[in-house]
Amino acid sequence: MMKRTAIAVVAAGAALAMGLTACGSSKTPSSNSSGGTNATAVYNAAIGKVFAPSTKKGGTLRLANSGDFDSLDPADTYYGYSWDFIRLYGRSLVMFAPKPGGDGVNLVPDLAQSLGQASADAKTWTYKLKPGLKFEDGSPITSKDVKYGVERSLDKDTFVNGPTYFNDFLDLQGYTSPYKDSSADKLGLKAIDTPDDQTIVFHLAKPFGGFDYFAMLPATIPVPQKADTGIKYKEHVVSSGPYMFQTNNLGKDFTLVRNPNWNASTDPNRAALPDKITVQLNVNADDIDNRLLAGDLDVAIEGTGLGTAAQGKVLADQNLKAHTDLASLARTWFAVINSDVAPLDNIDCRKAIEYGVDHEGYQRAYGGAVGGDIATSLLPPQIPGYQKNDVYNFAAKPNGDVDMAKQELQKCGKPDGFSINVSYRAERPKEKATAESMQQSLARVGIKLTLNAYPQGDYAKLYAGKPDFAKANNLGIMIYGWGADWPDGFGFLQQIVDSRVIRAAGGNTNLGIRDKTVDGLVDQAMAESDTSKRNQLWGQVDKAVMDTAMALPGVWSKVLLYRPDTVNNVYVNDGLGGYYDYAWMGVKQ
Amino acid sequence: MIRYIIRRLLAAVILLFVVSVVVFGIFFYVPRLAGATPDDLASRYEGKTAGAAQTHELAVKLGFTDPFYEQYGRFAKSIVAGADYSTGPTTEHCPAPCFGYSFITHNPVWPDLLDRLPVTISLAIGGALIWLLAGVGTGVLSALRKGSVFDRSAMGVALAGVSLPIFFTGLLSLSIFSYTLHWTAPGSSYTPFTENPATWAYDLILPWITLAFLYAAGYARLTRAGMLETMGEDYIRTARAKGLPERMVVAKHALRSTLTPILTIFGLDLGLLLGGAVLTESTYSLPGIGKYAVDAITNNDLPKVLGVTMVGAFFIIVANLIVDLLYAVVDPRVRLS
Repeated sequence: MMKRTAIAVVAAGAALAMGLTACGSSKTPSSNSSGGTNATAVYNAAIGKVFAPSTKKGGTLRLANSGDFDSLDPADTYYGYSWDFIRLYGRSLVMFAPKPGGDGVNLVPDLAQSLGQASADAKTWTYKLKPGLKFEDGSPITSKDVKYGVERSLDKDTFVNGPTYFNDFLDLQGYTSPYKDSSADKLGLKAIDTPDDQTIVFHLAKPFGGFDYFAMLPATIPVPQKADTGIKYKEHVVSSGPYMFQTNNLGKDFTLVRNPNWNASTDPNRAALPDKITVQLNVNADDIDNRLLAGDLDVAIEGTGLGTAAQGKVLADQNLKAHTDLASLARTWFAVINSDVAPLDNIDCRKAIEYGVDHEGYQRAYGGAVGGDIATSLLPPQIPGYQKNDVYNFAAKPNGDVDMAKQELQKCGKPDGFSINVSYRAERPKEKATAESMQQSLARVGIKLTLNAYPQGDYAKLYAGKPDFAKANNLGIMIYGWGADWPDGFGFLQQIVDSRVIRAAGGNTNLGIRDKTVDGLVDQAMAESDTSKRNQLWGQVDKAVMDTAMALPGVWSKVLLYRPDTVNNVYVNDGLGGYYDYAWMGVKQ
Repeated sequence: MIRYIIRRLLAAVILLFVVSVVVFGIFFYVPRLAGATPDDLASRYEGKTAGAAQTHELAVKLGFTDPFYEQYGRFAKSIVAGADYSTGPTTEHCPAPCFGYSFITHNPVWPDLLDRLPVTISLAIGGALIWLLAGVGTGVLSALRKGSVFDRSAMGVALAGVSLPIFFTGLLSLSIFSYTLHWTAPGSSYTPFTENPATWAYDLILPWITLAFLYAAGYARLTRAGMLETMGEDYIRTARAKGLPERMVVAKHALRSTLTPILTIFGLDLGLLLGGAVLTESTYSLPGIGKYAVDAITNNDLPKVLGVTMVGAFFIIVANLIVDLLYAVVDPRVRLS
């Protein structure tokens, strides 16, 4: 879901420039605060709690983005930061609780009065809207506006970026788009009923117990049909949230101001403290870091953390470090051990790799502890359902267990080791460093790795994600990474471990985990409506994947966020995937 | 003179046509020769969860399944007659020269380019004025005071200017002048000239100086070398012998002949910059053609890349034409025919 682009030469120069100016290029942040409460900046002060709580409204929150949104249109966006930010001008049926720490992963109603009411077979889900909801022009928000929003998101010819969960799960009966809908009101989709202006009923083609997560998607943000201009709607999205667009210069910048028709009494989930929010787009990433440190900017919207140059400077200075939060992302860097490639069709040979790899080496490739924790399974710990499982003793043997690796090689009939290739994305130096670390550590047990780099743009489509290619090129280990669409077993695991999503033509996100036990547990979890039981099942899926020795976990990713003195009411929301909660953040005045 | 200009303009049109065919071929035909299918090309522009059928539909929609000449024909037609594109609920017309529409943002390319052109022109013209005045001035003074402290210092600074890349001097200057001293505007600042000329200049002064620092250095060294050579010529001695004031000797006789090669390089440099000052715009986050080009290349957004290439080629051709015309003004020996 993340996108971060950089020009290597600019970055290199930036690193040099930052290094040279490290002694005096920015003001050292103080702990003075005004407007909100006085709070002393402390490292990780916004992890698990709210830093500088405030209810004072006013001021301008200034954000910058080193790239651009995939789209501001709720039907057409898939970036994690966009799903956080969009809540400022759009309200979906439900949303993640505005709470720090583990509580943030729970869903709460937003436009809806309560979470969804499921039928016994988990194929029909009903929501009732709160009364008194209005668009920015004062017109009432009805269930038909929500239905229209979902309908248009189905049109993947027009909106290519958004997720396809509604396409995949709704009982569409051939429906493709409201733009091809012959009914007069363009609400011909039979999979969604709107018996009255307050009620919306979703009919699924297959049971799905976690449908509330779909109701959280930006696609359920209401869109008035008369204002829909298709791909041009992103130029002026009609607000249902606390802010609306004042200006919008696509690709450059935009400004949000208060929406006079937002009713705070219907919305306990957004503090909406600033009077104005400005966003600059396509800003040099190192310039963003400099401005954050100088207090000329409040938030780096992408939430990908400080760049290498700024990170070194900040971590070396306790005053600056006190303004940082090491946030856990719902993202795991891992590798797939390909059972298509001999001798890895033998589980004991795969286990030899699990034991033989230097896990600290994997972590070092991602920047050490600042880059994340050593992962012992795929599912990150903050995701509900996570159960600690460390099948191959990574925690006790962080540099690998050479003896156990050799024993496994004996068992699989390759006591002297074997030779395979390892693939990684050429543009990602951390993946290259991971491959090199694996090469060194596995050489200790006689497993010889040859490094193969492929362009990241086609990595899943033409190379590692194409089973025939991977097999023909002896790609025994394929280095990869995955971030959850939302913190839930389905959101994280299904696309990377369910063997039935693997397509022979390529374009796979499951690079080769194939196991009937895993698939069976996935089916059980998807059909389970009880949240607690469902989470437990996803934990079992995670364990079952490790038992297959087809996944080699590397790092549960973390990111170093900078929190300038200019902001208050700040916390990292785990539900949003490790971003600051932009709907609660305020500015000191 | 008029016939010369017309002939050059015709040649420019042909050159632009050749550039467009070559660039279009590189992006749309060469990958096919290398084995990429239309669906492979389309897969770069779809969402991450798209299936094979959806990818193929997109390939058809983007025209990748058509023969190369048809695809080029459509592109050429969009330049002379505009193009229609679907917004979903409606079909809109993008007037000529449309340059197609972005595969990523779905916006027509030409309005985007027009929107960004003033930023690049502001940056290039302002920077060029400063580097020309500073570079040539320093070069002349250095030549006249050869071996002096000024000469040595100026050439030392010039060497640094040539050696230090913009992404270094740019970030350094932002750190010092914008974020520490708060004398200049931060990155991303741009106000249109028509809105407020004073703010326009304030926002751009740092990028201008950074850009000028790089170019002025080269011009100073070039001017110094040219002046030193010219000042030793017989006709300079003759001019002095006639009793002409030194100011006249330098300005009218020496500098004028030194300017001819400088003008040639200036034309090329300015043309290149007008086609996009890539590093300066990226460093200062200025929304000009150069930044647009970088973003387009990063996203594989081919219609945008094509548009920028054509605009860049246009400016280089025009700048060279103007330089050729100015030769006749600077050097009376040159006759255009």
